Amino acid sequence: MLKLENISKIFAEGSPDENRALKNINLEIHEEDFVTVIGSNGAGKSTLYNVIAGTMKATSGIVSLKTKNGIKNITEDKEHIRAHYIGRIFQNPLLGTAGKMSLEDNMVICSKKGYKGLKKSLNNKTRDYFRSQLEILGMGLENRLKDNVELFSGGQRQALTLLMTLMSKPSLLLLDEHTAALDPHMAQLVMDLTKKFASDDKLTVMMITHNMNHALSYGNRLLMMDGGEIVLDIGAEEKAKLSMAEIISQFKAIKKKEIVNDQMLLQ
Amino acid sequence: MIESILIEGLIYGIMVLGVFITFRILDFADLTVDGSFPIGASIMGIFLLKGVNPFLALFVAFLGGLICGLITALIHTKLKIPGLLAGILTMTMVYSISLRIMSNRANISYLKVPTLFSKIQAMSAAFLSPDLSILFFSILVVAVILVLLNNFFTTDFGLCMGALGSNPQMIISQGMNPEIIKAVGIALSNGLVAFSGALASMYQGFADVGSGSGIAIAGLASLMIGEFIIRSNKISALTFRVILGSILYRALMYLARKYGYLIHMNPNDLKLITGLLIILSMVISKTKFRKKPSVHKAEASHA
Repeated sequence: MLKLENISKIFAEGSPDENRALKNINLEIHEEDFVTVIGSNGAGKSTLYNVIAGTMKATSGIVSLKTKNGIKNITEDKEHIRAHYIGRIFQNPLLGTAGKMSLEDNMVICSKKGYKGLKKSLNNKTRDYFRSQLEILGMGLENRLKDNVELFSGGQRQALTLLMTLMSKPSLLLLDEHTAALDPHMAQLVMDLTKKFASDDKLTVMMITHNMNHALSYGNRLLMMDGGEIVLDIGAEEKAKLSMAEIISQFKAIKKKEIVNDQMLLQ
Repeated sequence: MIESILIEGLIYGIMVLGVFITFRILDFADLTVDGSFPIGASIMGIFLLKGVNPFLALFVAFLGGLICGLITALIHTKLKIPGLLAGILTMTMVYSISLRIMSNRANISYLKVPTLFSKIQAMSAAFLSPDLSILFFSILVVAVILVLLNNFFTTDFGLCMGALGSNPQMIISQGMNPEIIKAVGIALSNGLVAFSGALASMYQGFADVGSGSGIAIAGLASLMIGEFIIRSNKISALTFRVILGSILYRALMYLARKYGYLIHMNPNDLKLITGLLIILSMVISKTKFRKKPSVHKAEASHA
């Protein structure tokens, strides 16, 4: 599905500030995997996402992805090209939708990837389709098609972003702490939706989270990153047996050092 | 008097529509306008002098503005030069080009050549006063442009352009290159401005290379006045209020010219007044917007 080969990312190479954010990462994600990614700040999680999504180009290594048209080497593709296959949801709920536009306009833009022509897809038929999709969220948004999105709460906007990202059926979904900015109730709601969509649509998902409960209870594979490396990679069976305390001790064992700030890792 | 305010408001309103596209829809402060307005006038000037069909001249003026916009967009996106500077660069360079277009003259008078307006006046002389015939023509042109723009901004591509100003990341995430959409928007905007410049030159009776100075600011002032009158998120209301704002701005300028002497003001002070008007509008709209979020929250929690 997604294959990273010898991926390295070095910032400010050759200068005194040189920072090796990713060190020779090899990773293969299989179809319909739901992978949770944990790690302290600066571990390289976001850089890994940026390299997968194309926001940054890796210093070395190859990224390939199985798309509807077969396996493709996407290493040289820019972010907006990769966006045809990869959906990404950010921590900031404002990044997924255009606040100053109405809900229905937002949904038109997201219903299909790529450039749109001069046709008008917004009609009563598409509105009905949008309503049926919005009903899945269970937030009453189906009655607010004409409202500007900026009137919605952060949680509503993030749920909407999730729905709109999935309308175009991406091959891979990257979730970047997508519930971290929401209140606990909304976060739970968005997580439930994420789980439902992932299993209903047979999605391949990667999810960065700082919430240890989420990391353990969702998904069938867990990656732990530290210092630009994947230090722990466990599958579904092993993951099911793990407790939070065990993960922390594993982390310490692997790194053979005390974690200075558990709080950063676990919140 | 009222006719001339309306005509000016309508003709310059087309320019304000261009300013609206860059400043409001794309969230891009584009000063190319100061160059694309006179380039439209100079193209019209030279074409009229050579006896070319004025409709063709209007079309070429539109294309000329389009190219100015494209140059700004390319300087901004490809050379990574900040948008404001890119606009000023193009505006400055286009000044020379406008002079070249007019065969190195600073202005061309239409006294001896028939313009579109003089033809219309001649055709309708039997049943309309000269001013009214131009007014009806201007209303017709602006109405057609409004209908075209309103349609454009409700197409899927037009919606994407709207989203770009509000959230560029969303456009990238939807698999589009924001640079291309931005370039189309800036080009369209400057095309309209040059079109307006060509019409304005015919109304004034001469094409002047200096006619663009301060046009972007005048457009911005008109835009802001319009935003005080109507509040809406419907594109048809947004474009309509641009025209209204433009007419009001021209009316204000007329009043300042006509009655300004009462407070010892003369026409040289108009630019100062325009600037102060913009500052005032911004201050007022800021204080208004500060109250807004609380209203939104209340609405959101009711739903």
